[in-house]
Amino acid sequence: MDESQSFWQFSLQEVLPQLFDGMTLTVELTIAAGVLGMFLGLLLAFARLSRHRFLRWPVMAYVTLFRGTPLLLQILFIYFALPPLADIRLDAMPAGILALSLNAGAYLAEIFRAGIESIDRGQMEAARALGMSHGLAMTRIILPQAVKRMIPPVVNELAALAKDTSLVSVIALSEMLYVTQRLGAKYFRPWEVYGWAALGYLLIVWSLATLAGRIERRLAVRGV
Amino acid sequence: MNQVPQVPRLSQDQRDPGAPSDRMGGVLLNVKGLTKKFGDATILRGIDLTVREREVVAIIGPSGSGKSTLLRCLNALEYPTSGSISFRGQPAFGTVGERGFMPLAERELNAQRSQIGMVFQRFNLFPHLTALGNVTAAPMWVKGLSRDAAESAGRQLLNRVGLADKAEMYPAKLSGGQQQRVAIARALAMEPALILFDEATSALDPELVGEVLAVMRDLAQLGMTMVVVTHEMAFARQVAHRVVFMDGGLIVEEGEPEQFFAAPKHQRTREFLSKVPQ
Repeated sequence: MDESQSFWQFSLQEVLPQLFDGMTLTVELTIAAGVLGMFLGLLLAFARLSRHRFLRWPVMAYVTLFRGTPLLLQILFIYFALPPLADIRLDAMPAGILALSLNAGAYLAEIFRAGIESIDRGQMEAARALGMSHGLAMTRIILPQAVKRMIPPVVNELAALAKDTSLVSVIALSEMLYVTQRLGAKYFRPWEVYGWAALGYLLIVWSLATLAGRIERRLAVRGV
Repeated sequence: MNQVPQVPRLSQDQRDPGAPSDRMGGVLLNVKGLTKKFGDATILRGIDLTVREREVVAIIGPSGSGKSTLLRCLNALEYPTSGSISFRGQPAFGTVGERGFMPLAERELNAQRSQIGMVFQRFNLFPHLTALGNVTAAPMWVKGLSRDAAESAGRQLLNRVGLADKAEMYPAKLSGGQQQRVAIARALAMEPALILFDEATSALDPELVGEVLAVMRDLAQLGMTMVVVTHEMAFARQVAHRVVFMDGGLIVEEGEPEQFFAAPKHQRTREFLSKVPQ
């Protein structure tokens, strides 16, 4: 530990290798919670759109709960309060993924629901009038149109999720922010350490946006 | 520049265009005592209507008279509050029981729907599919036709509505009249026993109405059974075998067009006919 190390020396030797490990975990958390959250969100959205009250009502309660309480609290609750309450003891990684997925699922459910509802009712009617079942009409007619409209808000949500993974540092998961804080405290060179961390998050979110832009262009048809 | 639609006529049906009884076959659709309420509002107050094979029935009437709701009941887009509909002698879509309308099992309901085509006021083409894709979707996914079979039939249908050269175009690139002709081809692709037209020309610019009516006229001449809700009195007069006038959720008067337009029996019919362009 040498106070006189130059910026680049310090960055390359002390900061970036450790930060890279943290970033790997951040990306893993984002992908895992993003994929699980999307599955969950889609299930919740269909339940929310159901004709049956006993399916709609629990989803509304779920969304209210997860949007109405801080994510930080949800993480702490799942990690610290579930063991005594339900005798479920999760390691930090599964607990973190679970909390992030449950939270993202609530937001994504609303995005999916709104996307599906934004498609003109006449589309479903035309499909049904041709003899298509509800499921067939949904997968072949409604969803392909809705997906395109959902991409921008979904990317927003995934970008928020990528940044929110930093909150699992409170349960000692050594993702990027956790690593950053430790390095900052160890070397007293906060400027470099936090600067690199900021760039790390920017890189993740930028990659996401680029990927989404590519998918959007590929889906772009002359129609919709 | 608007193309003059070239609607190729298929081999003409040589049947005798004489008396309706010669032209038409058996009863295809039979509606009895149909009522429909939305909450407190009663839209249909007891409709009796029979449609025979190869018959063209025009339903006219002021807006809010229930004609579109009636049409939507004929394809189970709305369920009736009471009354019955039979299609080819079978109870259609379900039955009205003590706890309201009890629809048939989804599979049977879809099978019946696939035999009744519908053309909407606002076309409702699938914007993510080409014209050909719109026409082949249901034959492939519902009937299980191979892509080749569906596409060759689909191209023939597009040709029939004068749009052979637009097969690969997306709906957004087509004019309203072209879109509606694709929608007619899409309905025909399921080889339905009956096609319902819900104000098929009302959303079109005036200069595009003619090309759609020409296609509908052609279908009528080829013996397609059609129930047409329309504001086009000339079409009703020239093409329909029977004109039905609805007002306030009831059928006020019906008859053969010549007699209907020349000597309407009811005061309400006369008032309506005096207000609409003939």
